[in-house]
Amino acid sequence: MSVHLIEAQLLNGVALGSILALVALGLTITFGLLGFVNFAHGAFFMVGAYAGWVVYTKTDSFFAGIATAIVFTFVLGAVIERVLIRFYYDRPKEDQILVTFGLGIVLVESVRAIFGGKTQLVQTPAWGASVVQVADLFYPQYRLEVVGIVAITLVTLWLILFKTRIGLIVRAGIDDALIVNILGINVHRTFLLVFALGVAVAGLSGVIDAPILAVYPDMGTGVLVQSFVVVVIGGVGSFSGAIVGGIVAGEIISLTTAFAPDYGQVMLYVAMALVLILRPQGLLGVEGRA
Amino acid sequence: MSLNRERFLKTSAGAAAGVAAGASGMHIAFGADYSPIGTFPSGTQGDSVFLGLMCPLTGSYSADGEDLRRGYLLAIEQLNNGTGVMGKIPSLAGKKGVLGKKIAYKVADSETNPNTAVQHATEFITQNKAIMISGGVASSEVIAMAKVAQQQKVIFMTGASGSNDTTGKDCQRYSFRSQCDAYMVAKAMAPILGKALGTKRRAIYLTPDYSYGHSLTGSMREFTEKLGWTTVADVVAPFPSTDYSSYLTNIANSNADTFINIEFGNDGVASTKQAAQFGILKKMKLVVPNVSTYFPDGVGPDIMNGVYGTQEWYYSLAGTYPLSKLFLADFQKKYPGIIPRWTAHIAYAQLAIWADAVTRAKTFHPPTVIETLEAGKPIDLMLGNVHYRAGDHQLVRPVPVVVGKSRYQMQNKDDWFKVVDVVGANDVMQPLAGTSCKMPSLT
Repeated sequence: MSVHLIEAQLLNGVALGSILALVALGLTITFGLLGFVNFAHGAFFMVGAYAGWVVYTKTDSFFAGIATAIVFTFVLGAVIERVLIRFYYDRPKEDQILVTFGLGIVLVESVRAIFGGKTQLVQTPAWGASVVQVADLFYPQYRLEVVGIVAITLVTLWLILFKTRIGLIVRAGIDDALIVNILGINVHRTFLLVFALGVAVAGLSGVIDAPILAVYPDMGTGVLVQSFVVVVIGGVGSFSGAIVGGIVAGEIISLTTAFAPDYGQVMLYVAMALVLILRPQGLLGVEGRA
Repeated sequence: MSLNRERFLKTSAGAAAGVAAGASGMHIAFGADYSPIGTFPSGTQGDSVFLGLMCPLTGSYSADGEDLRRGYLLAIEQLNNGTGVMGKIPSLAGKKGVLGKKIAYKVADSETNPNTAVQHATEFITQNKAIMISGGVASSEVIAMAKVAQQQKVIFMTGASGSNDTTGKDCQRYSFRSQCDAYMVAKAMAPILGKALGTKRRAIYLTPDYSYGHSLTGSMREFTEKLGWTTVADVVAPFPSTDYSSYLTNIANSNADTFINIEFGNDGVASTKQAAQFGILKKMKLVVPNVSTYFPDGVGPDIMNGVYGTQEWYYSLAGTYPLSKLFLADFQKKYPGIIPRWTAHIAYAQLAIWADAVTRAKTFHPPTVIETLEAGKPIDLMLGNVHYRAGDHQLVRPVPVVVGKSRYQMQNKDDWFKVVDVVGANDVMQPLAGTSCKMPSLT
C-alpha cells in the first residue's frame, strides 16, 4: 500500500463526495424545506441528463446542455407541482412516497418510450477532457471542474434561500403558512418555487453526471438510494449536512477501496448505520426537523 | 446417440398411435408413453403452447435485454409462420408452429435482478403452464432461473450468460446455454492478444463482484498468464455500480500497461468512460473480453478503436454465413433501422434449437426433448453447425474475436468491429473434466 495511492484516494474522495453532495442536495431542499419525500428524485436526475444530452449533441455545446437541463427540469417540476404534488403536502409521508415513486416510473418509461432503452453517448466536454496533475497525482480535469460547479451551485442556492426576500418568504411560509398568508403573501407560490428548485438541482446534477455515468432510462435508480444515504449521514434538511455527508461518503468509499476494493460500498452502509445509532439526526442535522 | 432402442420404439409407436388416433387422440396416445412431468402434458393441451420469456428491460443490462426481446419476437413470429431461418431448418421446413401448435408467449421484465427473474419464471410455469422458459442477461439471473427450471422440470434455454458456472458447478439438466462461456472467450482471445500486443504485458482487471465477473477474470488470467503476461491486480467492484472513480484510482496508480475491463452492460460503459477521463486509456491498452451489445454506442468510436474483444455474434458475419444473412435481413424488415446485436441472436438461436429438438422428438415431453438435445445432432444456424454437449449442456460453437474500428473505418453507425477470427469450437471448448459440472437427474 503506497502513500501515493492513499493521497490519490483522498483527492478522489473529495471529488466523488462533491458529486454525491450535489445529487443529494436536490433531495435535501424538498425534504428539508417542504418536509416532502420525493422518490422521483432519481427520475428527475435522469430527465436532466437526457435533456442535456439532446441539446449537447445538437449544438455541440455542453453549457447549452446544462442550461437546458436546468430550465427544462425547473419547468417540469413546476408543472408537476401544480397538477400533482401540491395535493400531497398535507397527506401522510407514505402517500408522498407512493405518488412520487409512481411519478418516477412514469418519467422513466416515458423517456424509454421516446429514446429507447439503449445507452446514449455523452462525451466529456472538450474543456474537461484532459488529465491534470495535482502535486504528483494525475486526476481527471472534468471531475475537478465538477467540484467547482458544485461549489458555485451551493453558494447560489444558499444566497437564494437564505439571503433574498424570496428565501425569507419560503422559510417563513414553511414555519407558519397561515401567518404568511394573513400577511398577504401567496405562500403556495413559494412552495411551488421550492419544489421546482429541488427538481432543477436534480436535473443539474443529472446533466453534470452525464459524461461520467452511462446514460440510460434507469440511470437514476442507484442515485436515489445514494442520495438518501448521504442525506441520512449529513442530516436531514441541512444544507451543510448534504455537503459534509457527501464528502464523508466519498472519503469512506475511496479510502476503503484503497485497501479492500470490494468493501467500499459496504463501509458506506456501515457508516450510515453507525450515524443512525449514535446520532439519529445526522452529523449536522437538527433534532426534530422533518 | 443416447436415444436407446427402447425409447426409439416407444416414440415411434407413440407417434404411430397418435397419427392413427387422429388429432383429438394425440394427447391420450402421448400420455400413455410419457408420464406427466413439470407442465407436461397440461401445458400442451390447447392449440398453443406457452413460452415464458424473461428479459431485463430495466437495470444495468437493459439495452441487452431489449435486444434479447426483439430476437424472441422475431423467432416466435417466424416459428408460427414457418418463415425465415426457422423455415430453413429441415425438421421445421414447411411447418407452422411447433408440432402443429402455435407458440404463445409473454415477456416479463427481469430487471437485471435474480429475484425478479425467478419470480416471473415461477409465475409463467405455475400460472401459464409454460412448456419452456428462456431469458436473462446477467449470469446471476440465469443461474437462479436454471435452478427453478430443474426443480419444476421445465426446460430453460438460457439468455445471455458468460459465467463458467452456468454450465459448470451450477449446471442443470433442464438448462441449456448457447453463449460462449468465459473459458471459451479467454482461450479464443489469448493467441490473438499475444500476436497483437505481445507476450510481456502487465494486466490489471476491473471485475464485477458476481459469478460472471470472477469467472471471466479467472479464465482471462489463466490464458494470458500462460502467454507470459503478469497480473498486477484484480480490482473488484460491486454489481451494479455507477461511480467507479475509487476503483479507477487504484488502477490509474498501478504500473499495469493493459486494462482488462470485465464490466458489462451499462456498468461497462460507465467504468470505461470514467477510465478514459482518468487518462487510463492513454497509459494502458484497453481489452474488453466480452463486449456487451450496446457498449460501443455508449463509449463512442474514439475509445473503441483498437479494442480487442469477442462478440457472441456480429452482423458482419452475414458475409460468411448464409443463415446470418437471412436472419439480418428478416430482423431489419421487422425492425426498420435497427441492426440485431448478439443478444437478439442468442434469443433466436435458442428458440430454433428448442423447436428443432421438440419436432425431432415428436413430443414436448421435457425428458425426451432433453435427451434429443443431448444426443448432439448438429443443427445448421447463423454460425454454421452447432450442437449441445451432453456432459454440461454448453453449446459447441465457434467464438468470433473482434477488434474495434476507428471512426474513419466505420461505414455506418453499427459498423463497430472488424472480425479478426471466428475461432472454431474444437480449439476453445473446455474439456468436460475441467467443468466441475455434476449433471442432476431428469426426474
